[in-house]
Amino acid sequence: MRRESKRTGVFTRRALLLVAGQLGALGALATRLYQVQVVDGARYATLAKTNRISERLIAAPRGRLLDRFGVTLAGNRSNWRALLVAEQTDNVDGTLDNFTRLVPLADHERVRIDREVRRHRRFIPVVVRDFLDWEDMARIEVNAPDLPGILIDVGTTRLYPFGSTLAHVIGYVAPPNEDDVAEDPMLALPGLRIGRAGVEKYYDLALRGRAGVAQLEVNSVGRVVRELDHQEGMQGQDIGLTIDSELQKSVLARLGDESASAVVMDCRNGEVLAMATNPSFDPSLFNSGVSQAQWIEWTSNRKAPLINKAAAGLYAPGSTFKMVVGLAGLQAHAITQTERLNCPGYLDIGDTRFHCWSKGGHGLLDLRGGLKNSCDVFFYEVARRTGMDNIAAMANRFGLGVKLDIELPNARKGLVPTREWRIAQGKAWNIGDTIVHGIGQGFLQLTPLALAVMASRLATGRAVLPHLTRTIADVLQPGSRPEDWPPLDLPERDLRAVRDGMWQVVNEPGGTATIARLTLPGVQLAGKTGSTQVRRVTREQREHGFKSEDLPWEFRPHALFVAFAPHDAPRYALSVVVEHGNAGAATAGPVARDIMTDALTIDPIGRREPPQRVAESITPGAPGREGSR
Amino acid sequence: MSLLERRLIRETSFGLAGKLWRISWTYVLLLCALAGVGYAALYSAGGGSAEPYASHHILRFAFGLMLMLSIALVDIRFIARLSWPAYAVAVTLLVLVLHMGHVGKGAQRWIDLAGMQWQPSEMMKIALVMALASWFHKASWEQMGNPLFLLPPALAVAVPVVLIVKEPNLGTAVIVAAVGAAVFLAAGIRWWKVGLIAAVIGLVAPIAYGHLHDYQRARIITFLSPESDPLGTGYNIIQSKIALGSGGMWGQGFLQGTQGNLNFLPEKQTDFIFTMLGEEFGFVGGVAVLGLLALIVLGAMGIALRCRHQYGRLLALGIGMNFFMYVFVNVAMVMGAIPVGGVPLPLVSHGGSAMIMVMVGFGLLMSVHVHRDVEFGDGRDNP
Repeated sequence: MRRESKRTGVFTRRALLLVAGQLGALGALATRLYQVQVVDGARYATLAKTNRISERLIAAPRGRLLDRFGVTLAGNRSNWRALLVAEQTDNVDGTLDNFTRLVPLADHERVRIDREVRRHRRFIPVVVRDFLDWEDMARIEVNAPDLPGILIDVGTTRLYPFGSTLAHVIGYVAPPNEDDVAEDPMLALPGLRIGRAGVEKYYDLALRGRAGVAQLEVNSVGRVVRELDHQEGMQGQDIGLTIDSELQKSVLARLGDESASAVVMDCRNGEVLAMATNPSFDPSLFNSGVSQAQWIEWTSNRKAPLINKAAAGLYAPGSTFKMVVGLAGLQAHAITQTERLNCPGYLDIGDTRFHCWSKGGHGLLDLRGGLKNSCDVFFYEVARRTGMDNIAAMANRFGLGVKLDIELPNARKGLVPTREWRIAQGKAWNIGDTIVHGIGQGFLQLTPLALAVMASRLATGRAVLPHLTRTIADVLQPGSRPEDWPPLDLPERDLRAVRDGMWQVVNEPGGTATIARLTLPGVQLAGKTGSTQVRRVTREQREHGFKSEDLPWEFRPHALFVAFAPHDAPRYALSVVVEHGNAGAATAGPVARDIMTDALTIDPIGRREPPQRVAESITPGAPGREGSR
Repeated sequence: MSLLERRLIRETSFGLAGKLWRISWTYVLLLCALAGVGYAALYSAGGGSAEPYASHHILRFAFGLMLMLSIALVDIRFIARLSWPAYAVAVTLLVLVLHMGHVGKGAQRWIDLAGMQWQPSEMMKIALVMALASWFHKASWEQMGNPLFLLPPALAVAVPVVLIVKEPNLGTAVIVAAVGAAVFLAAGIRWWKVGLIAAVIGLVAPIAYGHLHDYQRARIITFLSPESDPLGTGYNIIQSKIALGSGGMWGQGFLQGTQGNLNFLPEKQTDFIFTMLGEEFGFVGGVAVLGLLALIVLGAMGIALRCRHQYGRLLALGIGMNFFMYVFVNVAMVMGAIPVGGVPLPLVSHGGSAMIMVMVGFGLLMSVHVHRDVEFGDGRDNP
């Protein structure tokens, strides 16, 4: 009895003691909870919002470039690459040494990797090697235990199925620099590329698209813990170009080994169907970084493969300028269509004698005959009567010496001088200057593209502008219809006279470029040769039976040719410039003929242009374009 | 003891209606309320949906409740006879789990039985309390002074604690040891021995620390300085504190907690369910839940004090202590007051076997309450 009550008493006391302890502990928890939730609450609440969420960008696939028939000119393909996460290995050098034994790394690659590893925080992956093939990947995977920190992932890389064929038009993409990254943070993502030249550069923003955003939970050093939210980005827009890739290929083939360029346009609407520059380069080399040796080879090559000669090469137009001079003369009433001028083989202005290319002279010629024979004296006289300012104004109406809104960032404007321009240089404009500009020499500097525009406008009488964009995101852009372009506002009679002259050049016996006559039945080409001296030929040389073929290559004259066809219903216009090709007729003429034959005969059956929606607002004459400059 | 009283005891002890009458329905209601809190929290953890957590939770609770009431009707003297067998089974399972249990989150804790995964350590907590209560049932105050008498029950505590540490599951081992210690204390162990044991632990702990697993050590280090490795082990605690802090005084409102719903909170449906509650219902809600938990602990202790036999008293106290330890370790853990240790909040956290075992414990507790006045050998107090 006592036994039990003693025991019960002890139990009761100690149980109550435990209860007190438990209540005390729970009370302590409540106090602690007050501390965490109410006292420190604000601090933690801020932490909750700011510190924990990090937005990370996800690269959007770059838009494709297509030709007018929907053929991919620039696309994307998967790029398997090896990355190195420095923090996952104790010995970065050891891992890279092992890697080199499997997949050899060049010294400059090691230098780059070391630099990037040093520059980035240790958990950020650094690209060790791009474009792994299956064999390399298998080797890496099998030896994974020896390669701590190496992981393989897949990105995308730019693919150019036509390679060097379209390199100057398409341009290329290359890794962005720091300024680019400052503008668009998406570019900081590994493997991302920015358009550096050509259409890739011009439309870079539209092609780039918008980055997706992943909301990530990160810790205080920025390491990702988990993904919270994922917003898909917007894929870059596909740009449909006016280029016909088949024609482009054949045009480039026609240029052969020459340092040359050619532009083929649809003269009705200004669409550039082909724009070829020879020699060319492989645009995909820029993707992964150009080696020093390759760069030196490119820059030291006197044929300048990196320069888009069609849009940025500047040449004196030579005799191809004579149509403009003739039209300027007609417009200024300095001559009439039928007025005949005498060519004795030279023209004396003051005490200076200007020679015709034909030593014996051409005798009496009208405008058509002047063009057909490419008589220099005839156009000396026209220029003398017309004056340089009238000639320059007419040149500008034909797209010469004005900025052409082509989608090529490095396209050049060229130069058509005026007296004002010369005076602004602090020099006087002499009458002799006007005379030499009458045959397209002097200060004139024009691009093959501008010459093609001139040929188009001569052929159609419409102020078409060259453009490369046909569709953006499958929407047909304004400018693809002839009605989109305003007429030049020149008398049709005057234009016809010039076109006749161009027709005679090729198709009449005695014309300067009968070699360029088409062999196709029922289709005739109208054209004009040109050859421009690179170095002044003195009278002495001339008198000693000078032959330009004997000069070293870089001093030979350039050969030019402009043409359109069919001459009675113009469809295609072209310009060809063969650098240091001597005579326009002999060198550039056949090339132009062959290109025009290709343009006329490449069978469009089965290559129907894909149906496209027309952009809603069409501003006549002013092709609106999206994208960046 | 009067004849009348004896008859009364007999009648109320063995009639089904009397037993039902003696069940503390108030206490059952408290448990239901806690399970309701769990339902609300899991509904929120499921992103505002009964799936996948809340509906399972309430089904399990219903099953557990039936189990509890069934056990409550079983005679406590019969249960007492099962004490040591239950203990033996639990130890066997603990040994088994070490050899063939499967590993979850780096520890061998789970064993497949009857289509569910069980943690034998959960069962061990109750079996140990039963065994100790059984041993001390007949012990007089004098016997409690005899060290040789205390040696077997001390071993009975030590064996499962060592086995659980080897799993390894430090948190549960500490709970088991604490519950065992509480039963020893209530059974009347001399204070000087308590002091001695405390001193020994104080000396041994630093040595034992050297034998801990790396992750266990990491937990303790993290506990001491959670910001030192925010992404590693301290990450959970920091996130939990941030979530609690963003709850403030009144909370962000039901289903409005950002940290939980944006998946900042790790294991929000299990170990960190209290954080969910704290974020959505604030300090006020947290304290309310703590109050409810305290009432349940106090109720168990009250049942222990009202019982008139030593077995029932010790069993009720042990079960109450067990529940308290669960609550304390879990809540202290989510607030970063003690190291993190895989301990759920009973009846609130998502998890099947743990809830069943907790409800079995409450069934035993209720059986003690129903049979609080029964004649029970030497252990029963004479009025």
